[in-house]
Amino acid sequence: MAQEVCSLKAQLEEREKEISALKNKLAQLEKKGHGSELKLQNKVEPLSPLSGKPALSNQDIMRYSRQLLLPELGVKGQLNLSKTSVLVVGCGGLGCPLAQYLAAAGIGRLGLLDYDEVELSNLHRQVLHGEENQGQAKALSAAESVQRLNSTVECIPYHLQLTPENALQLIQQYDIVADCSDNVPTRYLVNDACVLSGTPLVSASALRMEGQLTVYNYKGGPCYRCLYPVPPPPETVTNCSDGGVLGVVPGLMGCFQALEVIKIASGQGSSCSQQLLMLDAQDLRFRSIRLRPKQAGCAVCGENPSVTRLIDYEAFCGSAAADKCRKLHLLSNNQRITVQEYKSIVDNSSPHILLDVRPLVEVEICNLPFSLNIPLSSLEDRRSEDIQLLQERVSQLKQQMAGDSQPAVYVLCKQGNDSQKAVQVLEKMSGSEVDSIAVKDICGGLVAWAMKIDPTFPQY
Amino acid sequence: MAAPVALHLEFGGGAELLFSGQKEHHVTLPSQSEPWDMKQLLVWIQRNLLKERPELFVQGDSVRPGILVLINDADWELMGKLDYQLQDKDNVVFISTLHGG
Ligand SMILES: [Zn+2]
Repeated sequence: MAQEVCSLKAQLEEREKEISALKNKLAQLEKKGHGSELKLQNKVEPLSPLSGKPALSNQDIMRYSRQLLLPELGVKGQLNLSKTSVLVVGCGGLGCPLAQYLAAAGIGRLGLLDYDEVELSNLHRQVLHGEENQGQAKALSAAESVQRLNSTVECIPYHLQLTPENALQLIQQYDIVADCSDNVPTRYLVNDACVLSGTPLVSASALRMEGQLTVYNYKGGPCYRCLYPVPPPPETVTNCSDGGVLGVVPGLMGCFQALEVIKIASGQGSSCSQQLLMLDAQDLRFRSIRLRPKQAGCAVCGENPSVTRLIDYEAFCGSAAADKCRKLHLLSNNQRITVQEYKSIVDNSSPHILLDVRPLVEVEICNLPFSLNIPLSSLEDRRSEDIQLLQERVSQLKQQMAGDSQPAVYVLCKQGNDSQKAVQVLEKMSGSEVDSIAVKDICGGLVAWAMKIDPTFPQY
Repeated sequence: MAAPVALHLEFGGGAELLFSGQKEHHVTLPSQSEPWDMKQLLVWIQRNLLKERPELFVQGDSVRPGILVLINDADWELMGKLDYQLQDKDNVVFISTLHGG
């Protein structure tokens, strides 16, 4: 009797070991089938339907236990998350924290889209990318990072530019879209594609020390165009590479986006439709604004829409769908010199004034020796101390020069846009507000100087 | 005669850069025969606060596209826009839309 019990116990133990080994093997195979094999997509392809989990496994219960305890989420909300797909447009300062929290929370499928590659100047805010990811597609770098965090989330990295040709096909495959882009044409494109496909849009933006968040096209609320029927003039739009941004500001806004996406996906619903949340990080002040409702006259979501398919958004906005510098062409060739020509002027010690028109904060980052700094804004505002300073330098130069030729003023900025505007202002001032001068723009600014003349000169 | 109107004006999202970087302005509009409305406020701002480059702030008789106007924490579209009659101690905010990410 006792012997029989012993033998049965031993057999049972044996079988249990076998079962546990089989379970492990299965789990590992499932894990492989899911994550680890990330394939970078260069074009939009149809996705298999997202099934979601029928029930939570023991692993799921443990992993999500702290949020399962919330009555606002619960098991039902968690299962809803696993059935939801989210497209993140832009894997930058907003997209990184957003994707991170969505993956951690157990979203079902995460599309990660970015046309760009990781650069050193991204790392202060785009926190899914590491030093070793420089040069790599941002979409892939973000997907790998997210996959390490939660291998049960299906990640699809898209290394492509969202265009009027591919946007609708891509967006209609997702349940929710998060706009984390960095330019105006993309914001209108994403909005219109979301309206046309009936997809809620969780949109955030950040610049300098400020952030904004709104949920569009959700439960009968307004769309982006209801609020902004006409795009802003391109010259009034500042991007992060010109205006700067403190990393934690898009970080905060991306987290708010994640919050609203999770609330929509789990079934709690967003409270940010027809609301604008604004963050002033300098004063640490939040403000929630009641917005206009959906507009009957809206061009895309109104009663008689004129936009019934996607259009050319770069033409509509008058700017490019990338956060790259726009190159202005305000001057004729004889008003400009190349950095090589300026180098030989320096080498020949030809008397001249080098006028750096960048803001002081940028001059403090780096500057060329002997340059005179008067910011473009001071010239435009005709700030009297600065005009006086310029006049003094012009007089000094005149005394050094023989004959009655005009003193030469070469104007410099970061990449050669502001310097062209400054040349136009200075030409108006020449002969009236200051003595007559010969003004020329240094083409391409300090960026060109660093690239073509002095590779040790810092770039920012 | 309508009495003078004291207002709290705020500029944000970069719009403050057109006003020497100053975000908050406490101003008093002088008394005039008609009540002050938003349309007149925009003209007053142009004449008294905005010194340079008005095209970055106004277009025609309204604000330029890309600036959102809020009256007492509500979209001005809900308040009658240019025709809204300003009340003493109103808070008017001009926010430039951000696009960075
Ligand atoms: Zn609309």
